[in-house]
Amino acid sequence: MPRQAVVALLVAVALTFGFAIAPGVAAKEAAPEAADPALEARMVRIASELRCLVCQNQTIADSNASLAVDLRREARALLKQGKSDEEVVAYMTARYGDFVLYRPPLKSTTMLLWFGPALMLLGGGAVLVAVLRRRSRMNADQFERDDDEAIDPDIADAAAPRALGRAE
Amino acid sequence: MKRLWFLIPLAAFFALAVVLAVGLKRDPREVPSPLIDKPAPKFALARLDDATKTVRLDDLRGKAFILNVWASWCVACREEHPLLLEFARKRMVPIYGLNYKDTRPEAAGWLASFGNPYDASFFDEDGRVGLDFGVYGVPETFVIDGNGVIRLKHIGPLTPEVLADKIEPLLKKLDA
Repeated sequence: MPRQAVVALLVAVALTFGFAIAPGVAAKEAAPEAADPALEARMVRIASELRCLVCQNQTIADSNASLAVDLRREARALLKQGKSDEEVVAYMTARYGDFVLYRPPLKSTTMLLWFGPALMLLGGGAVLVAVLRRRSRMNADQFERDDDEAIDPDIADAAAPRALGRAE
Repeated sequence: MKRLWFLIPLAAFFALAVVLAVGLKRDPREVPSPLIDKPAPKFALARLDDATKTVRLDDLRGKAFILNVWASWCVACREEHPLLLEFARKRMVPIYGLNYKDTRPEAAGWLASFGNPYDASFFDEDGRVGLDFGVYGVPETFVIDGNGVIRLKHIGPLTPEVLADKIEPLLKKLDA
């Protein structure tokens, strides 16, 4: 019975991950329009930094959603007009906000986003150092004895039946 | 005081849990628009019912109005349509439609079969004006004041709550 359960679980896990991965593999990459390869490469480089709003975990370069197609068309048109990469990105953020940027800009509102993880790491490290330092100054008799150092036979005997009882 | 220090991690945990819980409740599909309180992008589009008549944003100035982005291919638009029809009967403000990436016959047929709440619809065939308005999920609804400034944007189908709690109070404020 347990073996069957394990097999069933493995199958379930395989199916779950299989289905979860399959659409990603099956999704076609958006086909580039190769009129001017250099311009197209620039457009793709910009578009791969921009989030598609309809399919939020894809970039505009990856997505085949009609909005992404339109935005690629606009980016291409702007580049053809001689606009710089920054101007194309500004065009997108003026309409859709900083949300479309996969690299959010460093502003007062995004400080926590940028430095939060580092602050948490430093804070955690500081607490760890403080605790370890205090412990290193403590005397040995201030610690509880480890179980394997237990020499009191009463404690050892009392613990044994309980451990066995649980295995039944 | 020092005795209570062991509660700090617990408090930190709860603070984090609250922050994350609030984050879970928010809809990630609703992206705040940078266009709020900015002048609406200028446009000049032909009317849906008359290709020879061009409407410009400046023609609509002077009074607050609602701009509803819709399309005949948009399923969620059907969902909000009865509400929009009902709201149009109140005649609070003009309601204009931005017919987004559609075809004239299909759009006209859609209005004929479901009813037309719009004072006029503008035909945005390639979606360029929609892009300027930052449209990404049809239907979308904008409230634009008499000076042509976007005051509110609602993404997705309208609900009675959004109309009653957000749009109507705002329109009353703009009227006053």
